[in-house]
Amino acid sequence: MTAAFKHPGWLRGALGFVLGGAFGFGLVVALRAISGLEIFQTEQTGYPHVVVTAVTAPLGFLAGFGCFDYWLRWAAGKPTVPEDHSQHGAKSWRDYFRFNTDHKVIGIQYVCTTFIFFFLGGLLAMVMRAELAQPGTQIVDAQAFNGLFSTHAALMIFVFVIPVFAGLANYVLPLMIGAPDMAFPRLNALSFWMLPIAGLLFLGSYAAPGGAFDAGWTGYAPLSTGAPLGQSFFNLGVQFAGASSIATALNFLVTIVTMRAPGMSVWRMPLLVWANLSTSLLVVAATPFIAGVQFMVLFDRVLHTNFFQWAEGGDVISYQHIFWFYSHPAVYIMMLPGFGIISEVISTHARKPIFGYRLMALALIGIVVLSYSVWAHHMFVSGMFSWLRVPMMITTLLIAVPTGIKIFSWLGTLYFGKIHTYSTAMLFSLAFIVTFTIGGISGVMLGMVPIDIHVSDTYFIVAHIHFVLFGGSVFTIFAGIYHWFPKMTGRMYDEKLGRVHFWGTLVGTWGAFIPMHWVGMDGMPRRVADYAAQFGDWNLLVSVFAFMLGAVQLVFLYNMVVSWRYGPRAEANPWRAKTIEWQVSSPPPIFNFDEIPRVVGGPYEYGVPGARHAIMAGDGADVPAPPPAEEKVGAS
Amino acid sequence: MGRLPIAKMLAATIALTVAISAVMVPIRWNGQAGSTAAGPIDTLLDVMIVLSAFVFALVMVMLFYALWKFRAKPGDESDGEPIHGNTRLEIAWTLIPTIIVLFGAGYSWVVLDDIEAREPNPMTVDVYSQQFAWSFGYPGREGAFSEGELHVPVDRQVVFRMHAQDVIHSFWVPEWRIKKDNVPGLRTTAVVTPDRIGTYQVVCTELCGLGHSTMRAEVVVEPREDFDRWVRGLDRTVPENFVTYPEDQVSSEDLITAGGA
Repeated sequence: MTAAFKHPGWLRGALGFVLGGAFGFGLVVALRAISGLEIFQTEQTGYPHVVVTAVTAPLGFLAGFGCFDYWLRWAAGKPTVPEDHSQHGAKSWRDYFRFNTDHKVIGIQYVCTTFIFFFLGGLLAMVMRAELAQPGTQIVDAQAFNGLFSTHAALMIFVFVIPVFAGLANYVLPLMIGAPDMAFPRLNALSFWMLPIAGLLFLGSYAAPGGAFDAGWTGYAPLSTGAPLGQSFFNLGVQFAGASSIATALNFLVTIVTMRAPGMSVWRMPLLVWANLSTSLLVVAATPFIAGVQFMVLFDRVLHTNFFQWAEGGDVISYQHIFWFYSHPAVYIMMLPGFGIISEVISTHARKPIFGYRLMALALIGIVVLSYSVWAHHMFVSGMFSWLRVPMMITTLLIAVPTGIKIFSWLGTLYFGKIHTYSTAMLFSLAFIVTFTIGGISGVMLGMVPIDIHVSDTYFIVAHIHFVLFGGSVFTIFAGIYHWFPKMTGRMYDEKLGRVHFWGTLVGTWGAFIPMHWVGMDGMPRRVADYAAQFGDWNLLVSVFAFMLGAVQLVFLYNMVVSWRYGPRAEANPWRAKTIEWQVSSPPPIFNFDEIPRVVGGPYEYGVPGARHAIMAGDGADVPAPPPAEEKVGAS
Repeated sequence: MGRLPIAKMLAATIALTVAISAVMVPIRWNGQAGSTAAGPIDTLLDVMIVLSAFVFALVMVMLFYALWKFRAKPGDESDGEPIHGNTRLEIAWTLIPTIIVLFGAGYSWVVLDDIEAREPNPMTVDVYSQQFAWSFGYPGREGAFSEGELHVPVDRQVVFRMHAQDVIHSFWVPEWRIKKDNVPGLRTTAVVTPDRIGTYQVVCTELCGLGHSTMRAEVVVEPREDFDRWVRGLDRTVPENFVTYPEDQVSSEDLITAGGA
């Protein structure tokens, strides 16, 4: 029994959780007793004994679970346990429930965990749509409703869309660049294990006195600084999700920069790699801003600082500037990896090289640069400096240009190709182009100050964000899951069920989110538990389609679970793709490659006679020596 | 490129643009127009609808033509043609959208200046927002004060000075097309010239807590004489505990406006 507590794992994790929590709790009690303060301060926003414990208990769990073992030994000057790689890979389901440094295991841990939060967040949306199906109050009261949309958004954004892309890339990206693993496997595992903590903190807020956090996912001060205890759970959840995100982005950057196989020049990187490079550049620079601003809110709440208390000299609007300086780039953090997925899927299933590959890569970088200069378009009616509006409008509209380049280049890729639509991944990719175009168009309209003044904070915004985040990001996530499912599980999924899921999702998305534009322009504000009777019919329609959209996700869940267990065995390369991950078995061997591949050409050389992207171990003899690395793409 | 029926595709795009526009432009998306700002904003929206219809139609025609023409035959395992790009085409779909969005930005800027232009001798109304109610003060009218009901004369510019009492609220009258956040510590302003007599609603559009969805006030736009009679009938003054953000605490917004005027 004591041995079980000595080795990293769940028992020691539980012990760490208890000890960490006790330490934090004891620290607060002791310090307050010494200072002669009331020991349990439970006025509306305070609860220091809860807030500090909510930080130290998860950290104690992580330490007990084994996330810091190697580093702590090294830091303490003790002999480190040499990595014998016996812990690599997953031989049974149990291996997914331990501290595992294998990027393929971590990728699957990420995807499964984030999809659990996706389904939970979706359930919250179903309750909201049930309440909104008719004017008046039927199912939940205003306070519960405010909690529902706040937790729905927090779960979907921070523990679904952003990390599920990190999970997919975790699995695929090292394979794609011919690397045996990520650059920092232990950091990678730590990044993953911080994620469920973030999600559980968001959900745990439902247990707090006063209910779940209910100031929206934007958590504007001073509503958030004066909100009940649940808000602190949001502030802390964002810290864990943010730290996870930043560590992963650093890991991707170093992996992409230093671990590409010989011959993979930047212009031979698949666009998914470019996309994750761009995303990581956004995350490392922007995410610290939301971490900082949530700490400022937490300090205002617990320590009674006055960052956002105007009467004490604080500045209310500065919250929004710092928040959006992260949260606008976050929109692209949630979209660029999807752009990468779409490029892979469309090129493969159209049997065509990507049209204008270099411009596609440069468009990603263009979006990264521009996305830092548009944050205040969320604040056109906020009362900020009015001169900032026109420059921000111009940069906002200009971001449509690199985005348009991507749309047109995907369309160009289809021309003179041999388009196969049997794969559900391809269906989602083609539908993504249409749906995202609509989301982009409403985005351009929102960028125009006079139109934005009318529709900001209305249902038009709800419609826009769901067209780009559901019709955009989530469609690309489905495309990516279907595309790499054979690689990740070694099994094929059922295309018939895939098509049911696809058509149901497409119709549900349009049916649920198109009418939201109309009611918004006509005067229905967002984030309301009740609305004027004139909007009743449209809201009923929205709810019906939303329920359909929710129900059809169960088909997806069934397909994934059953196919993973019983699906037919997948070949190494069922889609006949060119990139490296498809040249190894499905699922790939434990260390990915017996010998690091040599990259000898572009990643999408479909139809080019004799062209190869990479030479794998064992098939090098009959292939000519690689041409110089800086060969111009498009010259062949 | 010569192998594609460019003229026919363009014709289809234009036909689809016209069809979408013909359906969408006549609809009054933003509802009843009730201020001088509504006209320019609704016209801008109509222009954007036509431009957007063109972009959407172009994407649809390009996509569905490709899906119809370049679909692989069953059993065809061959690859497509190894076309890697077309520099002229790529420059075109970089430059043309740039021109379109810069046009949109310029046009929006003109509209913005138009709807925010100050007229001489406007009327001033103080807006007090609190969880979860609106009230209004009429400075210069012996501190006349009204709870939950806003009256303004028709065809006269009104400058609303916002005074949030607790958290952020947002002042929106959909028929006026004008919205402005009420920010604690900051005196924000909105300028409106109502030009249609009628009864409307102030809608709070910034999440402000439990009662957010019920935070409404009635707006009555009426002839000058009726308005004067109504104001004279007000027998309350602004409560003493209400915070009013004074002139010396003006936002930078007002400084800029003042500097430009």
